[in-house]
Amino acid sequence: MKTPLITGLGTVSPNGLGTEAYWAAALRGESGIGPITRFEPDGYPGRTGGEVKDFNPKEHLPSRLLPQTDHMTRLALVAAEEALADAGIDPEELPDFAMGVVTAASAGGMEFGQREMEALWSKGGAYVSSYQAFAWFYPVNTGQISIRHGLRGASSAVVTEQAGGLDAVAKARRHIRQGTPQMLAGGVDSALCPWGWLCMSRSGRVSAVENPSRAYVPFDIEASGYVPGEGGALLVLEDVEAAVRRGVDKPYGAVAGYASTFDPRPGTGQEPGLRRALEMALEEARITAADVDVVYADACGVPELDRLEAEVLAGVFGPRGVPVTAPKTMTGRLLAGGASLDLATALLSLRDQVVPPTVNISRPAHGELIDLVAGEPREARLTNALVLARGYGGFNSAMVVRREA
Amino acid sequence: MVTGIGVIAPGGIGTKQFWELLCEGRTATRTISLFDASEFRSRVAAECDFDPGASGLSQREIRRWDRTTQFAVVAAKEALEDSGVLGEMDPYRTGVMVGTACGMTQSLDREYAIVSDNGKKWHVDEAHGSPYLYDYFAPSSMAAELAWLAEAQGPVGVISTGCTSGIDVLGHAADLIIDGAADVMISGASDAAISPITVACFDAIRATTPRNDDPATASRPFDRTRNGFALGEGSAILVLEEYQHARRRGARVYAEIAGHATRANAFSMTGLRPDGRELAEAITVALDRAEANPADVGYVNAHGSSTKQNDLHETMAYKRSLGEHAYRTPISSIKSMIGHSLGAICALEVAASVLAIEHAVIPPTANLHERDPECDLDYVPLAAREQASDVVLSVASGFGGFQSAIVLTTPDWTAR
Amino acid sequence: MAAFGVKELVDVLRESAGEDEDVSLEGDILDVDFESLGYDSLALFNTVRWIERDLGITLSDEAIDVEGTPRALLDEINKASTQSV
Repeated sequence: MKTPLITGLGTVSPNGLGTEAYWAAALRGESGIGPITRFEPDGYPGRTGGEVKDFNPKEHLPSRLLPQTDHMTRLALVAAEEALADAGIDPEELPDFAMGVVTAASAGGMEFGQREMEALWSKGGAYVSSYQAFAWFYPVNTGQISIRHGLRGASSAVVTEQAGGLDAVAKARRHIRQGTPQMLAGGVDSALCPWGWLCMSRSGRVSAVENPSRAYVPFDIEASGYVPGEGGALLVLEDVEAAVRRGVDKPYGAVAGYASTFDPRPGTGQEPGLRRALEMALEEARITAADVDVVYADACGVPELDRLEAEVLAGVFGPRGVPVTAPKTMTGRLLAGGASLDLATALLSLRDQVVPPTVNISRPAHGELIDLVAGEPREARLTNALVLARGYGGFNSAMVVRREA
Repeated sequence: MVTGIGVIAPGGIGTKQFWELLCEGRTATRTISLFDASEFRSRVAAECDFDPGASGLSQREIRRWDRTTQFAVVAAKEALEDSGVLGEMDPYRTGVMVGTACGMTQSLDREYAIVSDNGKKWHVDEAHGSPYLYDYFAPSSMAAELAWLAEAQGPVGVISTGCTSGIDVLGHAADLIIDGAADVMISGASDAAISPITVACFDAIRATTPRNDDPATASRPFDRTRNGFALGEGSAILVLEEYQHARRRGARVYAEIAGHATRANAFSMTGLRPDGRELAEAITVALDRAEANPADVGYVNAHGSSTKQNDLHETMAYKRSLGEHAYRTPISSIKSMIGHSLGAICALEVAASVLAIEHAVIPPTANLHERDPECDLDYVPLAAREQASDVVLSVASGFGGFQSAIVLTTPDWTAR
Repeated sequence: MAAFGVKELVDVLRESAGEDEDVSLEGDILDVDFESLGYDSLALFNTVRWIERDLGITLSDEAIDVEGTPRALLDEINKASTQSV
């Protein structure tokens, strides 16, 4: 089975707008987590988040798009433009139906939705915007990206909470196998408005710690949940032959393996599905645990979920058998965007042969189980990177990306 | 292979009642009763007479689940029972893919009004609101409930592509079986979005019908007098099974999902280009994948949303993709009877297509008295037809520019 | 009530739908169709909605036409306003 290549990246992150700014910050260990400023967080259990800073949509997008887009769609449009440019693709030069879009979503355009619901309930139905019908809905980013760049190939949107950032890429890979040679895929997400924040805090997983450097410390004995952030990444996936025809000589890597599983109903005592997803992804990539050079962990920050992940990693790779990192400690968890950003980060680490660090870990909780790349980046020979992602409710996904010689 | 069907639809709960309504050409559109819609331009919808308790849900489940999830769970139970697959599947080889356009919008709308004191406060109140808000926030919670119900531990998720969700999710689930990621998929779609925010949204773009004085005939696809769609709600969940898996256990096979394709129009979030090119391309590719020719198509279950823009677009797409055969093929829209339930409707339409194959009956387009002169195909007006179809095409077109087609065949058609 | 003219229309268009960077709304646009001005039907729906609310009028579906011009839309608006007074 042919493994599609990844030939372009576009990222927006709390610690850097644009791929190179983000990557440089990640290698410096620079965090984008801080007090919430987008709205007044007083009164909510958590007040710390990962906001994309200094983002003025007018500088990036045409005026006609602004009244009809939620903040997360604006971020997604910026990432899409960067990914296409990075891949050197001008969609106008592509044949009809040659490129499609698959994005991951969690709740759609939540801030836009809150504003329109406020208008509805306080003033009446006549005050609801004509754009609400789609600005809020889950596949809005797919639709807007498709329209802006004229991408008419197979397109879709997936929702698997925070596993979606990998599942979208996997679905895009399927569309490539079915004959759409180029795909833009991944997730960019945000729900940093009071209504989104309230909903997110009801997951019971949002950290109540206010100190930005202590709020999200997965695999640390102080782990207290996670910090929600915004942003994500979009990737250009491409059929090998199409990439060769275009003269692509340095792809970031190939999507070598993927699998997704679902946990048994809580309380049944059966084994959760993370390990199965991981092993099936390795199998599809036709590699063994020994071939994996780095793992980008899901790193939920919820102590029992961290323990479970650490045990799975130790079980598959042996205790401290592989470098494990969670650069999302610098961004927070980006809803449907997080796993895509991890995937982009994994590809950058394959390119530059360096693993970005997990920050703010002072007292590792599972030091005997996992070799966490903490504090400083680590140079290493990297061929295969494994990315893990879990979604609230029991979703598990694993993806292997391979460096192409 | 489709081996089980479960339906929640306006006009009756369960597959049997759904099919009877369609065959009789009865309509289930009425004045909105789920909330006071008097302030809105369009006050007509096709509502489900759904009693969650009578459908077997516990008080706790009713309290916790949004109506969309309740529909999906009840429909999935019917489908699982119908297929007889429970107890005969390997959890690791069983998955769930469910589609929705609006997710838990009814609960979000209601809860927002509570935490914001009816929209008076931007800074919503942490002390109020349901403990289950996060389940409403991310609709993946619905997929999780179905997975627990079916004890599925394979690939699970939500596909959301607006009004094409129901086709796209079933196409995706079929792909997962073809690719070997699962043997059994519980798949379909659910939407229960007849709530103030949704009604206001469609009012704002004048997409829904203002025919409030005659709700029973409000949805009139392909009719000269149609003036917008009637909102609906419901769910259809199918059990899909790998061919050998179904054969080994001697399952009744209704039909096969033989091909699926989706394209984007890259034109407008809500508008359609009149030439129907992208939908035609989706139809052509779906037929190709099914190894079927346009001339094999015995029935087309149309999108037929009852808007002028759609009806012309769709008619063009059929001519473009089916050629001369378009004029000979019966085409009907069940939205004329059960309204437009957004993401759920095309799962209901696929269920209707499967039943059309099973019973050799083509459901009609109700309320079609005077064809739009520009819509010059056979839209099966008013009365069902007894006619066997080996290959049925079901199509959808939706916000975001999605254009999708799925091909259903009799179980042994591909083998021929 | 002050007359609703092209200046008022342009203000609402800008605010409710934005403005195409390649098109000037400053010149004589009365007889240029909305599509050429960079507006699709969605933009017109949102614009008309604002105007209907502000002026307390109702416009027919036919009045909202991307192939129509600001002059035609203003005619409809002013016709409806006179009727509603």
